[in-house]
Amino acid sequence: MAFEGTSGGYNGWIFTNLASWFGLSYDLEEIPTTMNTLPRLPEFDYVRPETIAEASRFLAAHAGEARPFLGGTDLFVQMRDRVSKPKYLVDIKCLPGMNDISYDPSVGLTIGAAVNMNRVIAFPQVREHYQVLAEAAQSVASYQLRSRATIVGNICNASPAGDTIGACLLLDGVLNIHGQDGMRQEPLKDFFLGPRMAALRKGDIVTSIQLLAAPDGLTGKYLKLGRNRMSDLAIVGVTAIGYPDQSVASGYRMKIALASVAPTPLVVDRVETILGETSITEERLILAAQAAMEACKPIDDVRASARYRRYMVRNLSLRAMRAVWEGLQGRAA
Amino acid sequence: MGFHRINLTINGELEQVDVPANMTLLELLRESLALTGTKNGCAAGECGACTVMINGEPVNSCLVLAVECAGAEIITVEGLARDSQLDAIQKAIIDAGGVQCGYCTPGILITSRALIDRNPHPSEADIREALVGNLCRCTGYVRIIEGIQEASRM
Repeated sequence: MAFEGTSGGYNGWIFTNLASWFGLSYDLEEIPTTMNTLPRLPEFDYVRPETIAEASRFLAAHAGEARPFLGGTDLFVQMRDRVSKPKYLVDIKCLPGMNDISYDPSVGLTIGAAVNMNRVIAFPQVREHYQVLAEAAQSVASYQLRSRATIVGNICNASPAGDTIGACLLLDGVLNIHGQDGMRQEPLKDFFLGPRMAALRKGDIVTSIQLLAAPDGLTGKYLKLGRNRMSDLAIVGVTAIGYPDQSVASGYRMKIALASVAPTPLVVDRVETILGETSITEERLILAAQAAMEACKPIDDVRASARYRRYMVRNLSLRAMRAVWEGLQGRAA
Repeated sequence: MGFHRINLTINGELEQVDVPANMTLLELLRESLALTGTKNGCAAGECGACTVMINGEPVNSCLVLAVECAGAEIITVEGLARDSQLDAIQKAIIDAGGVQCGYCTPGILITSRALIDRNPHPSEADIREALVGNLCRCTGYVRIIEGIQEASRM
């Protein structure tokens, strides 16, 4: 029993002796030998390509064992939990163009993959035209986490709980993707295949997301129910937007997206129909909230039961849509 | 698994270190450079005990690879005091009685320094929002918030 060679031998000694007094035996390798028993990241190689083409080639050549990463706020936790064990981590955040954010009224908002959430929140045109996106991003974890976390990373993780995905979906997000055959565009609405499953091919790197030029009078609300008021993951997340649109019978286009209540982020198309076909009243809003509840497919998990989630979808959808509707009327007045 | 040689500035001192790819910035600070002021709490970006500044922005150092910090400027709690004078935020939090067990304190100091740097006159709501990522199980936050308010008046 030579544990002198292990680091933090003192703790190992106490642990082994306690164990042996109780008639237990442990493999020394498995004994926590330091005060800090949190596991380190598993071994991997770190790769930082110079160009996007080189990065795509590397990812394609090592498909299944190489992963691109941006802020790593989700990936490193998965790796520490041994849920994900990539052999290579490809750092793509320093590639040309990945750190750019820009707004052009004819194109819309373009957010480079590596632009962190704090930068998105602080970007003047986001505050001016896309306040709902800022609100959703602001609900993610904490300031220090958001100085690493990114919108594109949030999307590529394809978690049904992604806070910023709803706003991107409702604003007709389009992904710019660099693959083995060069650049292409894919609509965000076709991107989510299942929990943590995204429609990405071998060698694909999402370089940016483009959102619709903000329609005049765009109003939005992100409501999130967590176990605490700030910083938690969503038990239910509701993104609602609305804007005046004369091509719709009610005069307004209203849309809703839900987080954490289906295998993928979910846009409830019926809400747009219900609030489009006739003038918007409190009764119509209640009907739309009911439709959102009926459309969601939540599961029971550690955070909440499916039944609770369904009711919360109805209640939060109603609140979010009311807030948007009041905002729209306030602007009209 | 190879080592990477990186240069970075830590609390104003230029350092050259060889780091394995899977070493976090937190491990580099605590284990290679003996800067043990920065603490390891949850290793998942939730508790904020490991908060340091990279190029002026607070981050959870448990979720940053050391190798990513090539060329960066890092400030840890050890770098807040200048010429044996405590930083205003350190003084204010001590005076307010915002320290009990002290485990969260280094992270809270970095977070609040960064808050005051970007928003010199934060409201109480701003302070509470900024502290979302720094868990403290002793103080109940009230005296920490008072300390930060006091520091922002200096």
